[in-house]
Amino acid sequence: MMMQAVSPPDPTPDAAALGAEAVLEVSNLTVEFPTRRGVLTAIDNVSMQIAPGEILGVVGESGAGKSITGLAVLGLLEAPGRIAGGEIHVAGRRIDMLSEDELTKVRGREMGAIFQDPLTALNPLFTIGVQLVETIRLHSGLSKEAARDRALTLLREVGIPAPRERLSQYPHQFSGGMRQRVVIALALAAEPALIIADEPTTALDVSIQAQITALLRRLCKDHRTGVMLVTHDMGVIAETADRVAVMYSGRMVETGRVKDVIHDAQHPYTKGLMAAIPSLHERVETLTQIDGAMPRLNARPEGCAFNPRCPMAGPRCRRENPVLAPAGRNQAACFLHDGGTE
Amino acid sequence: MTAQSPILTVSNASKEFDVSAPWLNRVLERKPKLFVKAVDDVSFTVPRGSCFSIVGESGCGKSTVARLVTGLYATTAGDIRFSAGSGGEPVRVQMIFQDPHSSLNPRWRVGDIIAEPIREMKLRASEAETRERVEELLSTVGLAADDARNYPHEFSGGQRQRISIARALASEPELLVCDEPTSALDVSVQAQILNLMRRLQQELGLTYLFISHDLSVVRHMSDTIAVMYLGRIVEMGPAESLFNAPQHPYSRLLLGTIPDIHAPHRDRALQSGEPPSPLDPPLGCAFHPRCALANERCGRDLPELLSVGAATVRCHAVEEGRAQETSVSEAV
Ligand SMILES: Nc1ncnc2c1ncn2[C@@H]1O[C@H](COP(=O)(O)OP(=O)(O)OP(=O)(O)O)[C@@H](O)[C@H]1O
Ligand SMILES: Nc1ncnc2c1ncn2[C@@H]1O[C@H](COP(=O)(O)OP(=O)(O)O)[C@@H](O)[C@H]1O
Ligand code: SF4
Ligand code: SF4
Ligand SMILES: [Mg+2]
Ligand SMILES: [Mg+2]
Repeated sequence: MMMQAVSPPDPTPDAAALGAEAVLEVSNLTVEFPTRRGVLTAIDNVSMQIAPGEILGVVGESGAGKSITGLAVLGLLEAPGRIAGGEIHVAGRRIDMLSEDELTKVRGREMGAIFQDPLTALNPLFTIGVQLVETIRLHSGLSKEAARDRALTLLREVGIPAPRERLSQYPHQFSGGMRQRVVIALALAAEPALIIADEPTTALDVSIQAQITALLRRLCKDHRTGVMLVTHDMGVIAETADRVAVMYSGRMVETGRVKDVIHDAQHPYTKGLMAAIPSLHERVETLTQIDGAMPRLNARPEGCAFNPRCPMAGPRCRRENPVLAPAGRNQAACFLHDGGTE
Repeated sequence: MTAQSPILTVSNASKEFDVSAPWLNRVLERKPKLFVKAVDDVSFTVPRGSCFSIVGESGCGKSTVARLVTGLYATTAGDIRFSAGSGGEPVRVQMIFQDPHSSLNPRWRVGDIIAEPIREMKLRASEAETRERVEELLSTVGLAADDARNYPHEFSGGQRQRISIARALASEPELLVCDEPTSALDVSVQAQILNLMRRLQQELGLTYLFISHDLSVVRHMSDTIAVMYLGRIVEMGPAESLFNAPQHPYSRLLLGTIPDIHAPHRDRALQSGEPPSPLDPPLGCAFHPRCALANERCGRDLPELLSVGAATVRCHAVEEGRAQETSVSEAV
């Protein structure tokens, strides 16, 4: 990794300014699923970067391709899914070409994962202590005692009361929120450069959700870990992320700083999405709605995938596929910001 | 505008579930019988034509209330009364569930799913009239007449929820009990369904008992809101006053922690503990282990429901006038 320059005054550097220090750099990623009826392009030419200590929110409707993006980075795509194009660099190293063995090593050392259901990440047969100590020793070479101390520190850091007693307990003895804290501790155990968190709070109650997002945010800032936070919940993004990437039908349609995307969305889909969220502050007669639904992968229309639902669509939108271009303070894939829709 | 006459009156309703291990295991392991009080002494009235909502975290008893009202469960104590329907006969109640996938019979065509209550209750004289009514219902919920011929799996989540609504409307109900009707949907589709539900309420004069854990959705839909915690209503009042001036420390915690895209409270350390097990609820006020205002009385005595302005609140601190001293952010 490059030497860290004097830290910039703004904690959320622009994507362009990240350069070589990015913990994650994805360029032109394409993921395909070959099926009997033809090849489905689940991810179509997606690029993103994450800086140390930065949280990038990836948001979109069910089926937009959020999880597949995260799984592709982790090298955990299930067959027949495959990376059909593009490059993935983690902590400066290209990983999409690695063998399964090499990838497993990188995954353990440089990447942590947090999923919606904490039970999938924890082995029900072993105590929390055993699992933490194993993970720490595997990647650090610490002695058993030192690893145990580190496990205690981690549990304390993620807010588990009475960590010493908790080390000898099994996953089922923890509540949902506490389990997710343990999973975060596990994800941090190897001091990875990048954490992929896929809907980490979706299964939790609101009051617990707020605790977990606050924790995730604090820890990633403290440890300078980059986080890809995958969620369908714009509220969680607003609370947690620095920048956000909006996905629609396997493509990235808009990206920018969280507050710019929320308050000054540039892509018609993002605008509609923001307006469709009921407000906590005022009651309106009718919510803004986007008619129709996101197309299935096998029925993605020609041109801009949003064109059948877009009130601004013109003939060019049905012909050509727009790519990300500067739009306001954000980047948007829409001809309204790139030469017009005619 | 809501007429004042209640369509539904729930008085001191309780529901207990027996969650004991099987008899033999109990004998062998010397364990006592185990009960969960899912709903504990809940009372409320729903005015005709209004939307009454219940909010709270998972397991607090919202769905159980919905099932008591629709008769899917019998109460353990208390009672549930409906006023006479508009035509003098009993009020018709229908329910809409969270998951439109599992609530629609996958082997039936959509037309038959919607026609079933019409045929069952003989609401139309002939098959031709029934089919006409199905088409009318499909168009009411924004689907095409042709959709009657297809099967549920051929539709998206939002479309399936429209089908559930059409089927619920088929029996011409006056009260719709909706349990998390949009929780499985994406926001852009959720807005379509909420708009549809509001329009139907106005056009058909429907009354809603609406259940959701999403407070922004509840704010959008409701006239009156009840906040539940561990089986009990802890605060109940007009939607506006609940959102603008929540009284109960738990209502404040809920409102203070929901993600708000317009005013994110990022970086705020939230130390508010977790909900306790319903198998072993705390004595006194069930919220006391998490409450910054708890005192010794809270751990001992169950607070009574008390009128505070337009709301009713179950809290000692509110009664003692201690609740206003601490600001919301300090309390959580
Ligand atoms: N094994 C597979 N075979 C074919 N298509 C697949 C497969 N796995 C995923 N897909 C498709 O890839 C697309 C992206 O899926 P993905 O799981 O990334 O969505 P998502 O944005 O995470 O949605 P959700 O919010 O529901 O989790 C979807 O259209 C999905 O149907
Ligand atoms: N059929 C049942 N048998 C046993 N316990 C139940 C049953 N239904 C609900 N419960 C319990 O009752 C409590 C309230 O549940 P529920 O009404 O479903 O909550 P909510 O809808 O608010 O999430 C929970 O503790 C739940 O586990
Ligand atoms: S490219 Fe055209 S169809 Fe797509 S979002 Fe922009 S205006 Fe709408
Ligand atoms: S009764 Fe006591 S513990 Fe319960 S909410 Fe009020 S102050 Fe808190
Ligand atoms: Mg997903
Ligand atoms: Mg429920």
